[in-house]
Amino acid sequence: MPVVETRSQPRTAPAVRRGWTSLPRQIAVIAWKDLRAEMRTKEALNASFAFALVILLLFSFAFDPTEEQTRAISGGLLWIVFAFAGTLVLNRSFARELPNDCLDALVAAPVSGSAIFLGKALANFVLLMALELVSLPVFGIFYNVRWTAQFWPLLLVLALGTWGLTVIGTIFSALTVNIRLREVMLPLLVYPILIPALMAAMQLSTALIAGQPLTGDMLVWLRLLAGFDVIFTALSIILMETVLVG
Amino acid sequence: MSHAVEVEGVWKFYGDYPALRDIGLKAEPGVCLALIGRNGAGKTTLLRIMAGFSQPGKGRIGIFGHTPREPEARRRMGFIGHGISVYDELSAIENLTLFGRLYDLPAPRRSAEEWLERTGLAHVRDGLVREFSRGMRQRLAVARAFLHDPDVLLMDEPFTALDDRAIAVLQTLLHDALAQGRTIIMSTHQLREALELATDVALLNRGRVAFTGPRTAEMLADPGWVYAHYGEN
Amino acid sequence: MREKVLYALGIVAALLIARNLFHIFLRFPDEASQGAIFRIIFFHVPAAMTALLGAVVALVASVGWLTTRRLRFDSLAVAVTEVSLAFLAANLITGSIWGRIIWGIWWTWDARLTSALVCWLLYAGYLMLRRAIEEPTQRATVAAVYSIFAFVDVPIVIFSIKWWRTQHPQPVFWAGGSFPADWYWTALLMLLAMLLLGGVLTAIRLRQEETQREIDSMRRYAHAM
Repeated sequence: MPVVETRSQPRTAPAVRRGWTSLPRQIAVIAWKDLRAEMRTKEALNASFAFALVILLLFSFAFDPTEEQTRAISGGLLWIVFAFAGTLVLNRSFARELPNDCLDALVAAPVSGSAIFLGKALANFVLLMALELVSLPVFGIFYNVRWTAQFWPLLLVLALGTWGLTVIGTIFSALTVNIRLREVMLPLLVYPILIPALMAAMQLSTALIAGQPLTGDMLVWLRLLAGFDVIFTALSIILMETVLVG
Repeated sequence: MSHAVEVEGVWKFYGDYPALRDIGLKAEPGVCLALIGRNGAGKTTLLRIMAGFSQPGKGRIGIFGHTPREPEARRRMGFIGHGISVYDELSAIENLTLFGRLYDLPAPRRSAEEWLERTGLAHVRDGLVREFSRGMRQRLAVARAFLHDPDVLLMDEPFTALDDRAIAVLQTLLHDALAQGRTIIMSTHQLREALELATDVALLNRGRVAFTGPRTAEMLADPGWVYAHYGEN
Repeated sequence: MREKVLYALGIVAALLIARNLFHIFLRFPDEASQGAIFRIIFFHVPAAMTALLGAVVALVASVGWLTTRRLRFDSLAVAVTEVSLAFLAANLITGSIWGRIIWGIWWTWDARLTSALVCWLLYAGYLMLRRAIEEPTQRATVAAVYSIFAFVDVPIVIFSIKWWRTQHPQPVFWAGGSFPADWYWTALLMLLAMLLLGGVLTAIRLRQEETQREIDSMRRYAHAM
């Protein structure tokens, strides 16, 4: 069996093309790669969903809340579940690139740091949203809460909060990828930075699950959450190249 | 006219400590430069800077006149490092198609199929990489590096981890590549294999270029020749 | 020469603090509504301002490293972050003592207190992150990126009392308070003293950090032999 065909290879490669080819396409290719790999093993997704269930159960045993109490703590409870369980997904984001030195090949490819960041963030966002949308009904059943009264505003808050979580998780996953003790360091760094976004998301979710509309004081929190997303997304896009190549 | 690869006054610092000191090298199309030197001499550091994985503290790298981080340079550059740089959870064809898309090839899937054929992996095109044998993984790694038809190949110890069949594949490809006027820069400990292929040799010693010149008949006869004449004892 | 300047500035700071302590504890009468505890404001507010200014310097130094690749900027970033953390701790502790007397509680989770504590945690994280990285150049880059991210919390601390209804009092100096003139003077001089003190401490830590880096490079030379 011939191992290698020795015919000289036709030089089909196009002459030098200039600049970055469409950023959205690169983002989609990278996001697809991450989602595909995750769907093959479902390592992170299964682990994080199981973890979310465990936390929900623990809280319910620990506090055995009445309906009234549940309404008061719902936002806080949910976002603690999302943030803790979500970290399992986010940790994997760049850890996935470590076996076989895959990160080298990704960095060597003609895609910008921002494309790599946005591609990975997009994949993480999809995974986290899936985790949350499955956890929510479970929460509703365990705690006997009707959470759908303000469904669309809640979905908006969920999306904004999750994007904040994703952005910070992704960039810090990249930042600590070559650091010893990274599993220990990552939560120590990520949670404090997330506090403004988490506080906003918690306040908003509590109010929305209780059926209140988005008005007054809630709008301050919504602005904080949106501002958090915008600022950290911009910073991550600017700094990703530095994070990857020093 | 810009050189295929040009390294000019490159320094790399770890804090204040210079790991690379004032490195200057040039390679034209059709040149295969063997980077030799002891462990810790800076071969890997230099190759990674050429590939754009880390920034030099001082100095300049040109790949056909572009810095390594410019897409024009990266499109024309292939890298083989210590790891195979393909994803265990994806199939062979998915891996190659992925990189084909990232390199913006006109027909990523066709190029991928072609390279699976050339590396003798066509029969396992849909198999997941994590189920592959060592040799198959290495051949896939070679296919991944050659997929976008790079004009400059940077290789860090390419022969070290390979089995016989993968070495045969790689050597044929490298000979073809040189014949087609591409540029190869490889760091290596396997002096005999490397010197057979090399047209030029550079010896790194404690972060400095101790010798650079064409590969001569003496070197082929005695692979230790460069070390004996220019290496530090 | 540099040392003498540092000593001189240190002495000026000490004299200023002595002058202020004399006024605060021996000359000023108790305030009408708060009593003796009001004096803590002369420590609480200048410490906060010094710490926040330190955070700005840390940001500038971090951006400075990323743009110029001079390790001196990295040393400045560590030095000023450590010193600012000490001032922020002083601010949090004095605030807590004041809260115990006036509110009857050591701590409350209002936006100002929370954001200031988060700020402290973030910069403490900066120091921990540095410890986890051995190679100085890589450490400088990772730490600089983190410092830029951490700085985003600083405006939240400052504006928290505007954005939310907080238990924390609104600014009393320089914002339409009605204090006697010598209170303003003392607060201003206290700020000056703390800035001087912070500057001197930063300069000392900066020099230590530079020496540390020199030692590290010598160790690497020795290993390479």
